[in-house]
Parts: sequence; structure tokens; C-alpha cells
Amino acid sequence: MEVREVPIELSVLAETSQERGRRVTVEKGVMALNDQYALANRRRLGAARVYCLNLLSSPGSGKTTLLSRTLLDLREELEMAVIVGDLATDNDARRLQVGGATAVQIQTGTLCHLEAAMVARALDALELERLDLVFVENVGNLVCPAAYDLGEDARVVLFSTTEGEDKPLKYPRMFKSAELIVLTKADAAEVLGFDREAAMRNLRLVNPQARILEVSAKTGQGMEAWYAYLVQKVADRNASGRKRGLGVR
Amino acid sequence: MHELGIMQRVLEIAEEYAGREGATAIREIGLKVGVLGGVEREALEFAFEAAKAGTLAHQARLNIQWMPLVAFCEECEVEFEVDSPFGIALCPICQEPIGTLEQGQELEVEYLEVV
Repeated sequence: MEVREVPIELSVLAETSQERGRRVTVEKGVMALNDQYALANRRRLGAARVYCLNLLSSPGSGKTTLLSRTLLDLREELEMAVIVGDLATDNDARRLQVGGATAVQIQTGTLCHLEAAMVARALDALELERLDLVFVENVGNLVCPAAYDLGEDARVVLFSTTEGEDKPLKYPRMFKSAELIVLTKADAAEVLGFDREAAMRNLRLVNPQARILEVSAKTGQGMEAWYAYLVQKVADRNASGRKRGLGVR
Repeated sequence: MHELGIMQRVLEIAEEYAGREGATAIREIGLKVGVLGGVEREALEFAFEAAKAGTLAHQARLNIQWMPLVAFCEECEVEFEVDSPFGIALCPICQEPIGTLEQGQELEVEYLEVV
């Protein structure tokens, strides 16, 4: 077999010009286009009086489990839908079709996060007028989704006891953006030797304002507080307008 | 790893502005990136080299200005630069952690050099 030497193309670097040019001021945010879509989503959800939460976490921290139990337990109180993003498969959307809720799957392909334009298309598939609450289950990733506003009302970041106590320190931008932090798999804390105090200390250092809830979707521990949070958010949204008020039910 | 998508967007913006100026080539693109902007220098530079081919910026240089983290403590009314690599903003006066950042998360095309 003949072995040929293939020159490695570093010409892209070599081609860089040293010539100066005239300066043009731009000052344009790279996220401006996404932010426009996000604003449109926010207005659309607001006009339909739908509250929207963006759920973020690393893969496997329990977003889908938390949501599927929530959809079941709150099905009498709230009209809910889920928009779920994954790189591949529609397994999550199928897992989330419980309690009569609609689940729309966005397959992002190779993209590591959801963008506002994708959510806009998913909203087209929902009957917003009928809904109280839309969850966006983002792609499991604590890095890229932090930079993309989707038009949500608030961000909920999940952090499971199976992850290290220092996760908030490793992904400060994500944890800083959360209004609520849900510590999941609380039932496993003891067997895992999860250092709750260290985790709370780290969370407080990165995000002193966020509310923190500890839950186990498996045993039901702490789920009441999570449900109360959701019901309150929807009630507040409805109080600012006159759709079908929750207070009537 | 969303630097490639971001760089494609940067190049779209750069070409749009260069086009308005009637430029035939872009020589330099100046970015302003917060240290907590969610992008890495090496990945950005790699994405730039990969994505600039076939654009007006195919021979352009990338100049990244890194913006340090700045936080503001409302209690002490003091603005301070955060030196923690983890983005932990402790007020230099009261030592309390501050959640919101004034600066350090930006991602902006600041200027171009065109011919």
C-alpha cells in the first residue's frame, strides 16, 4: 500500500491579512436575533395569559421525571403543556403525555440548546388559549442554554443529589440565572453521602436570591411546595388579567 | 459547544455591516465577550477560522476583548470587579455574595475593520 503524505491545511491561519482597514462601529449583540424571537414569545404567552417556565439541568438530573409526576398530580388544577428539547428521540415527549397534557418534542439534532425560534414553532402546536402553564424542558446541558432567552417568565434549574455539591460553582452562569433551584432526588441524598450543607453554601455563593426547594419525585417528598409554587405563579399571572381566573375553581 | 453557531451569527452581522459600507473585504472583527459569556477563547477562534471561509471575512483577524465580571452591592452601594474564576461575587465591604452581575456576560460585535 502506498502511503501518501497529506499536507495539513493550516492555510486558513496563514491567509490572515495584516492589512488595516477603516473602522466601522457595530456594537450589536450576537444574541439580538434570538432575543427578538424571545420577546415575541413572551408577548404571545403574556397575551394568552400563559405562564412559562424554562427548566434547565444537566442530563439525567430528573427533569422529565419531575414533570411527568407534576402533570399527573396537578391535572385537576392546571391546564399544562410541555415543550421538550432533546438532541434525538421523542422518548421524553412520549413519557410526558400523561394526565391529558400535550407534549411537543423539538429534536435539535446536533444543537446543544433550545433557541427562541424553535420554541416559537413549538408554540404554534399548542392551544395557548386553553393553557395555564407551559414548561419548556431544555436540552440537558448546563452551559449553552444559559445564553439563550426563550421568552420564559422564569428559569428553574434542577440540581440532583447524584451530582457533585460543587456543580453551582462549576456552572455559575446557569445557576445565577435561576429564580428557583430544585434539588432533586432528595430521597437518595443519604445513601449517596450528599453533603447538603456544602451544596447549599455553594448555591448561596453563586445565587443568593434564588428560592431553593428539595424534592423527590419518586417518594413525593417536597412536591407540595413545588406545586404551591406553580399554582401561585399561575394565580399571579391570572390576577393581572381576566382569563378564566384560577380563583373561581 | 455552541461557538460555531455563535460565530456564524457574528459573521452574518459582520457581512451585513460591511455590505452597508460597500466594503470588499473585512480585515478585522472586534468582539466584546464577557468572561462569563458562555464561550471559550479557543473554541471561538477555531470556529472563526472554520466559518470565515467563503465570506467577506475570509482573511480577517479576530480581536476579542474580554470583559471582566463587575457586580454591584446595593447594601453598600459599591461597584466592584469580581476576581473569582467561578463568578462568585463577594462584596469587598460586607463580604455578602451578590447574585446579579453588571458586566461580564456580554457577547457583542463591537467593530469591524473593512477595506
